[in-house]
Amino acid sequence: MRSSVRSGNSQPRWLFPFVVIVVLVLSVLPLARLAWTGIVSALRGDAGQLLADPALWSATLNTLTTSFLGMIAAVILGGSFAVLLTLFDVRGRSALGFLFMLPMMIPPQVTALSWIGLTGPSSTLLKAMGMAPPLGSPQPLYSVGGIALLFGVQHAPLVYLAMRAGLLSLPKEGVEAARLSGASTLRLLLDIVLPLAMPGLVAGAAIAFVSGVGNFGIPAILGIPASIYTLPTLIYSKFASFGPTTFADISIISVLITLLAVAGLSVEARVLRGRDYRTIGLSGQAAVFRLGAVRLPVEMLLWLVTFIILFLPFLALLASSLAPAYGVSLNLETATLHAYEEVIFRQSVTRSAFTNSVSLALASAFGLLVISVLLGYYIVRTKSRTAATISAMAEIPYALPGIVLAVAFILLLAAPLPILGFSIYGTIWIILIAYLSSFLAVSLKPVISAYRQLDPSLEEAARLSGAGFYRRMRDVLVPLIAPAAGSSIILVFLIACNELTVSALLWSAGTQTLGVAIYNLDDSGSFNLAAALSVLVVVMVVVLMLILELMARRLPGGALPWRR
Amino acid sequence: MAPLILNSVTKGFGSGAPAVRDLSLTVREGRFLALLGPSGCGKTTVLRMIAGFEQPSDGAILLGERLLADGATMVPPERRNMAMVFQSYALWPHMTVAENVGYPLKVRKVAKEKARQKVREALSAVRLDTYADRRPAELSGGQRQRVALARCLVTEPDVVLLDEPLANLDRHLRQEMEETFRDFHARSGATMIYVTHDQSEAMALATDVAVMSEGRLLQIASPEEIYARPEGLVVGGLVGQGAILSLCLPPPSDRLLDWPRLRQALLEPIEGWKSAHVLVRPQDVILDGSGLPARVISSFFEGERYALRLELQDGQSLRSFSRQAVRPADMVHVVLASGWRL
Repeated sequence: MRSSVRSGNSQPRWLFPFVVIVVLVLSVLPLARLAWTGIVSALRGDAGQLLADPALWSATLNTLTTSFLGMIAAVILGGSFAVLLTLFDVRGRSALGFLFMLPMMIPPQVTALSWIGLTGPSSTLLKAMGMAPPLGSPQPLYSVGGIALLFGVQHAPLVYLAMRAGLLSLPKEGVEAARLSGASTLRLLLDIVLPLAMPGLVAGAAIAFVSGVGNFGIPAILGIPASIYTLPTLIYSKFASFGPTTFADISIISVLITLLAVAGLSVEARVLRGRDYRTIGLSGQAAVFRLGAVRLPVEMLLWLVTFIILFLPFLALLASSLAPAYGVSLNLETATLHAYEEVIFRQSVTRSAFTNSVSLALASAFGLLVISVLLGYYIVRTKSRTAATISAMAEIPYALPGIVLAVAFILLLAAPLPILGFSIYGTIWIILIAYLSSFLAVSLKPVISAYRQLDPSLEEAARLSGAGFYRRMRDVLVPLIAPAAGSSIILVFLIACNELTVSALLWSAGTQTLGVAIYNLDDSGSFNLAAALSVLVVVMVVVLMLILELMARRLPGGALPWRR
Repeated sequence: MAPLILNSVTKGFGSGAPAVRDLSLTVREGRFLALLGPSGCGKTTVLRMIAGFEQPSDGAILLGERLLADGATMVPPERRNMAMVFQSYALWPHMTVAENVGYPLKVRKVAKEKARQKVREALSAVRLDTYADRRPAELSGGQRQRVALARCLVTEPDVVLLDEPLANLDRHLRQEMEETFRDFHARSGATMIYVTHDQSEAMALATDVAVMSEGRLLQIASPEEIYARPEGLVVGGLVGQGAILSLCLPPPSDRLLDWPRLRQALLEPIEGWKSAHVLVRPQDVILDGSGLPARVISSFFEGERYALRLELQDGQSLRSFSRQAVRPADMVHVVLASGWRL
């Protein structure tokens, strides 16, 4: 470093260009390319044919219906869990809360598979118990209602989290004061709890709706066999039957999905505007109401619901994976680990999927760690509008449905790269770039909150001690944000390893991921192999989440998505 | 080493009035300067500009001949050979006490054995030798403060900056730390700049006191001088520890006013006299039957005496001491033995 630099800030000269390039490549360019193709095709009139296609409108209707019904299911499930676990003296609250959060991190295609294994005529579990419906009767989940139900299960944790934030800010003293002035529990709920819970409820509902609009795994597994398409699966099927208008079509559908998502999110933004969830004073411990005589029944109900939405599907999945062949009845003698042997040791497709997903997840996690540490430093240490803009740009790809992002990267990277002259389309690199883009916000969030908690004088003291940028990073900043950085690595690994939506469009021979492998195995009828692979995925998710949970005390608030 | 010179330094943060305006001062080598002012007066910004965390918008900061910063260029803090004691101590929680103190030496690539020696010396200077292997979290506030001070000692910095270092300590510890700072100044001979809003702290420690308000330097002088001859209403209010009366005085008048003059100004001001502010310290307000009548507003027992707040008949208030018990709403008579025109 030269002895004299132009400005008083602590950043090396290359940091700003680096930050701009990262945000350009991972956010601005793909989205601009998508918007550009969408607008150009619309202007050229390519849209006419698509817009005249009834399939588009039925898919739009299906998307809206499933997302809306799914949102209602999520609100009922998530809302009641949030209220009961936050405000009432239910025993085992932290265990219940953790279990309730699990569906959020379990990949949607696995959720869908496990529920299929639970219902319908060929359910191994039902057959083992002799409760299976007669052969030939329809699988009830292959329907709009089935998709909506699973949306509800998958997104209920989002509502739970959004509401919990508001409920936790309920001041205990306020409740006690109201009690002293003679208010009944019902009055309290109506006058104090409801107003506090409302914004969280609306926000959670909006997030659940938007997540439904963008969900690919559930409608792909439940909808496509019954020819029920939503917009994301419509993109997938258009892409599978590639034709001259495919790029125009998928870009227009992507813009449509984006508009639906933005509409949902702007509802959320409007509701939350001007609301501050931060607790005033030292409170922050939720007020606890007594359930009294109904405590045991309520607890039993909570465990029953958890059993139905979590353990039962998992048991079904486990049963399917242990079944000797699809449809053969399962008992202690016929149970076999054959499917596991097959997916772990024999099938080259699943083995390469393991390798691909693990390498992609590791590369994303560590690549994003480096990016987040530098980008986070820039965002926290720069007090200008540019920094706010950059921070917002970095957030956008994660907020967008994965399928839209995948389309954007296809449009951007299908043609050969300028100067280099070759295309990375069809290689594993395009998946990696899309992952870096999609999970940037996941990785950035814990790191930024750790930086913000850091007293700036800790770095200033290091500067006066004579430490330059690299030295400070190595000796002071990185050790201090290490717990958050660790959680960001595990989180990205967790999500990337199970990812389906982005890779479903971007994979090609040899680069399939675990998500794609599960989907393809199911698609080709190897349900027991798909189930075995899913069981392994669920075990991995639970183990990683437990590790993060153990780290939670050392992490800054808001680092873990299921703990706000 | 060399004097620290601030030459017409101005600092603005975008919109609004600049935080520091056209401030010039020179701190000679080895002096101990206290920057005194109410919060928001710009004193911390001055300190941060000297450290190199902020760049002046205009003007220049020099150490002797060496230009540290002006509107266009600046030497980053890591190359200034300065040290700072932060209000929050700024100890690195993941390092032991010895590692914290030794870090500047490690960065400067001082040989290990020599560094260890210096750390030991610095720690024994602040009487923390036995704490070398503890973590900051295991120390009390005063001990953390001393670790931060030891970290300043090890490198023989040109300038040591202290940003309200006693603000987070209790009263008892403050006195002990003031002792430590004086000792540190005498031992190291470093130029020290001390930011505080507490005038007694500034008076007790510094060789020079600079009073700031609204980004401007109002007065810089020795503690004795600034106490005896404060300039202007703001300085008088900050360092005077007395009441400020608004009086009409004859145009050419001495600044030091005695009782006959004060009495005339209070009772029989003559048309055409100019209004002025006069600082009257409590020890100069004497309860005496021949004086002016005043009503007791409040009276607090302080141990060796009562501290009174009085109200003159024209509604202006005064502070005074009394050895005898006086009750609120009592009427007393006071003589103002001395006043200082601000």
